[in-house]
Amino acid sequence: MSQAVSPLLPDMDMVSDNACLLTFSQTISEAISDRIAQVSHQLTTLPGIIDLVPSYTTLLVVFDGDHFDRFAICKAIRQLILQLDPKDALQADVREIVIPVYYGAEVGPDLDEVAAHCGLSTNDVIEQHCANLYRAYAIGFTPGFAFLGNTPAQLHIGRKTTPRLKVPIGSVAIAENQTAVYPSVTPGGWQIIGRTPIKLVDWGSENLALIAMGDKVRFEAISRQDFLAQGGNLDGF
Amino acid sequence: MAFKVIKPGMLALLQDLGRHGHQAIGVTTGGPMDELAFRWANALLDNEDNAQQLEITFGMLSLEAQANTSVALTGADLDATLNGKSLTPWQTYAVKTGDVLNFQQPVWGLRAYLAVKGGFQCELTLGSVATVMREKIGGLTGKGDKLQKDDILPYHRHDQHQQRSVPRAAIPDYSQSDIPLVLGYQYRSFSDLQRAHFFSSDYKVSQNSDRMGYRLAGNAIQGDAKGIISEGIAYGSVQIPKDGQPIVLLRDRQTIGGYPKMGCVTRFGGALLAQKKPGDAIQFTPITVDQAEHERHLQMARLQQWR
Repeated sequence: MSQAVSPLLPDMDMVSDNACLLTFSQTISEAISDRIAQVSHQLTTLPGIIDLVPSYTTLLVVFDGDHFDRFAICKAIRQLILQLDPKDALQADVREIVIPVYYGAEVGPDLDEVAAHCGLSTNDVIEQHCANLYRAYAIGFTPGFAFLGNTPAQLHIGRKTTPRLKVPIGSVAIAENQTAVYPSVTPGGWQIIGRTPIKLVDWGSENLALIAMGDKVRFEAISRQDFLAQGGNLDGF
Repeated sequence: MAFKVIKPGMLALLQDLGRHGHQAIGVTTGGPMDELAFRWANALLDNEDNAQQLEITFGMLSLEAQANTSVALTGADLDATLNGKSLTPWQTYAVKTGDVLNFQQPVWGLRAYLAVKGGFQCELTLGSVATVMREKIGGLTGKGDKLQKDDILPYHRHDQHQQRSVPRAAIPDYSQSDIPLVLGYQYRSFSDLQRAHFFSSDYKVSQNSDRMGYRLAGNAIQGDAKGIISEGIAYGSVQIPKDGQPIVLLRDRQTIGGYPKMGCVTRFGGALLAQKKPGDAIQFTPITVDQAEHERHLQMARLQQWR
């Protein structure tokens, strides 16, 4: 059901009677991620749409099929997308979020293993992790969990063979070419190298989640003392 | 004016139609596993579609009424009694102050819905009461807790009871083991042979089935080994992980994932599944989006016109 009418339009496929998947590309890139963020943002205002799930190359649109016809909805989606100039997708309002991290073995039990695997000192690992500006390509797995890419090639490492049953809140981790912060206590298989004292989700706040899809994220090393002063917690392992 | 929880049951959760509009930050929808039963329970009491109810899984629950009201029971038959007197599901009952409502164990099905006139009056988290234990959101505490002993479930007092029951023919046939599935997503990425295997096999509901997903056991399906780029997961998606055993993702599903998917079971298909127990056998029947729409519109029209 490809609709290759205009280069602006993604492929649209129905995946159920009240959801369709827009596929913007087969490969991941910053430009595609910008475009998805732009379209996703605009679609929130379209009547009949009840949920949007943006990801790396796709956008899942869930609509109210009980009150809106799917052909009308799909037409409205197409019209709206055609009106959005991809040039405007390079939003001026892109946010940069800085996340303070205490990198230490007591909160980052995999730090030494990562350093050994990458053939770097732990200080090099920390420096490299902080030097990069990351992009939030997708949010998922658990509420507020942002998949941040891409880590420098030297920091690429696989997931742990056996995932941990409980990863403490705020844990900063890497896996493959990605990095992330665990917003809540969950099982997890990523390599944990540090911990942030700040909250990633707060259901009482207006933003709910600190990081939104499309945001830029940077990590900043802080001392154990600063970590504790900012409310950081050392428990969990 | 409330129900007091005497015995909390195996798994009793406050639910409405779900938490919508927050999947972009990874918050799942929650909501009733058997949406049709949920909608009928509210219709029986002339409640709003979204009025809060209790989803009672398996039973072992006991509630004491602290004020008069009317209740509606739909979904599974969990051998419910009111002051010791047997209740038949899919109808309304008058409840007086001091009455005790008991749910024992399943006679058939797994999940019952208890609606109260006007709906339960609990606080919302992100616009919904839907309890998602995995995400620690919703429910009475707002933190995703299931019902606990001594919990108080508030409702508005109501004295004018109206006896109503769902027309027999409108009650879903839960013995149906064919689960309708809309073909979509990466359906074309599976070979003809794998598709044939999938639609001609019996699958058993495994022990590891819950509100997040129903794991099935049967003929393994071979998919594209390298997986796909993670994408949004629609309700009812049937994903095929590396071991080839299908998982049907339901109300508490994760919002994104990278396994290839055969298609989506309809909301009615999900309702049928939700009443199946570990060990029950099911088969998938492919349907088109048009057929899924017809099924849905007929069910919704019946409900609305009966009201």
